[in-house]
Amino acid sequence: MSKSKDNAPGSPPEGSSPHDAASPGSPPHGAGAHGSGAHAGKFLTGDYNYGSVTDKISAVVLTQESPRSWYVGFAIAFALVMLLLWAVTWLFVKGIGIWGINIPVGWGFAIVNFVWWVGIGHAGTLISAILLLLRQHWRTSINRFAEAMTLFAVACAGLFPLLHLGRPEYFYYLAPYPATTGVWPQFRSPLMWDFFAVSTYATVSLLFWYVGLIPDLATLRDRATGKFPRIIYGFLSMGWRGSARHWARYQKAYLILAGLATPLVVSVHTIVAFDFSVAIVPGWHSTIFPPYFVAGAIYSGFAMVLTISIPLRAVYGLHDLVTDRHLDNMAKVMLAAGMVVAYGYIMETFIGWYSGNQFEQYMLLNRMFGPYGWTYWMLIACNIAIPQLLWFRRIRYCAPLLFVLALVVNVGMWLERFVIVVVSLSRDYLPSSWDQYTPTFSDWATFFGTLGLFVALLFLFIRLLPVISIFEMRELLEETKGESE
Amino acid sequence: MTAPPQLYGLLAEYDNPDQLVEAARSTYQAGYRRIEGYTPMPVEGLPEAMEFRRTRMPLVILLGAIFGAIAGYALQYWVAVIAYPINVGGRPLHTWPAFIPITFETTILCGSLAGVLGMLALNRLPRPHHPLFNVAEFSRATRDRFFLCVEARDPLFSLPETRELLQQTGALEVFDVPQ
Repeated sequence: MSKSKDNAPGSPPEGSSPHDAASPGSPPHGAGAHGSGAHAGKFLTGDYNYGSVTDKISAVVLTQESPRSWYVGFAIAFALVMLLLWAVTWLFVKGIGIWGINIPVGWGFAIVNFVWWVGIGHAGTLISAILLLLRQHWRTSINRFAEAMTLFAVACAGLFPLLHLGRPEYFYYLAPYPATTGVWPQFRSPLMWDFFAVSTYATVSLLFWYVGLIPDLATLRDRATGKFPRIIYGFLSMGWRGSARHWARYQKAYLILAGLATPLVVSVHTIVAFDFSVAIVPGWHSTIFPPYFVAGAIYSGFAMVLTISIPLRAVYGLHDLVTDRHLDNMAKVMLAAGMVVAYGYIMETFIGWYSGNQFEQYMLLNRMFGPYGWTYWMLIACNIAIPQLLWFRRIRYCAPLLFVLALVVNVGMWLERFVIVVVSLSRDYLPSSWDQYTPTFSDWATFFGTLGLFVALLFLFIRLLPVISIFEMRELLEETKGESE
Repeated sequence: MTAPPQLYGLLAEYDNPDQLVEAARSTYQAGYRRIEGYTPMPVEGLPEAMEFRRTRMPLVILLGAIFGAIAGYALQYWVAVIAYPINVGGRPLHTWPAFIPITFETTILCGSLAGVLGMLALNRLPRPHHPLFNVAEFSRATRDRFFLCVEARDPLFSLPETRELLQQTGALEVFDVPQ
């Protein structure tokens, strides 16, 4: 059993090098292939070797007692899941009339939340796919839970269109299946594109995540002491043994999968933006929407990764693996995405004025000074003004402040979707058809319920699977051993 | 073939990847072909040391993606033009730009599925049991140890000589792997 070998003499006593540097022949790997390697050492502080980094991460799942905050957090999240179940049950009993939607505002919270959740998912795929392709070593300690975040966010997102259908039991009408009625879906509709985009995205994210997990599941299988965990992890790891030929195919497949996932992320939020921009509602019919939505997705996604990683590393003491430099990098990405979003706002305003279209011009005035004007100004504050603090290095290196800023951005991005969806719909072309939209308790219950679902799933994930990719940390050690000496 | 039939092979244990790569290379050069390295993470140069250079993964994924593209577009064309044509103000039925988003999604979906299933199939996974798991120390192959296995099926395999060869490569220990 591996248990007896835990503190085996084989682990080198000298800390910083993963193994004895004295090896026969010149190392055939490493040289030249890792352009950014010079800085990689700083993304893993402390003295680690292959064994201790493995033990450190797997201990969270296998041996470490869950801290009390885990139980408290999970209990709160679970209560919110119950609220969600209540809200959904009541919705099925009464119909979507219990939501605040009315006739001009046929899309209310459901679509606001859908777009927000889908956007949050995107940072996970970006971190794992694009940063992998760009050989950014710092992705290694955050990609696993960022991908988990993607999956859970997409699951929350997917709920809303289903619930919004009114008769969710007929959702399969969207799927092109051979029916006796001979009625087929309308493939020219952006909503149909959405169905394909989101379901493809969910599937590919799941595959990417699972493939990344296989070697770590094998590690857990070999390190678990109980019979039941060994069977479960053994089943899930599918007999992975780390064979060199397997690794070669694995790496190739993983890299190409990353290459496929990258344009997929962009396409998903582009298609979500098409839901709006293909319509002719003032405030929606805009060509800037696809890129601007993608930037917004990255913005809110990185904010959510920060929101999760800061408490996570504090509670489990993972400061060596998720370092301040990781937070700094994520804050920089967030700042850059935020500037693109700010450009989007400016362009929307400029084009609204420059178009000379009186409906567009009215839409802008209404957005800023109409009955929902406060949401617009809060949006500007949350998404543009306050995040400018990120220019300061001292703030980027202050984890609690960064956490607050990330929360502010999350709120801001939610407000952005609210402003786009509700404010545009409530006053379109004909004043006779204008109406105000007020969310009901049921709307809020569903929204907070999905927040609870998201957090509960994350807590279970932290408890049951390695939050940081173990084999990639070992790889990082191997690649950076030269620089750390 | 002096090995007893119930032996799967010999397993040599190393404590760093460079030694393993070196050992794999010298074992390969000694003429052994049924050899395999087992490592906790991908080790650069190890497959090459055993002359394993090309995988068919890119081809499998390309074929999956092409299948997805054709199937996705064909489905939309067939539905919109043949099975359920809707005449909206005399607009063309074959409105190809509107079919691009879904075609793109099905391309990615089928490519990714082909990638994952193809990777598992080429690796002959899932395989819950394997003779190597009979060696208790092998559990460290997913932690911090590097192993080289010479299978008994190899025509050059002979228990004392192969063991000697493996010991000369600097192995910490050489284990018999029961079948």
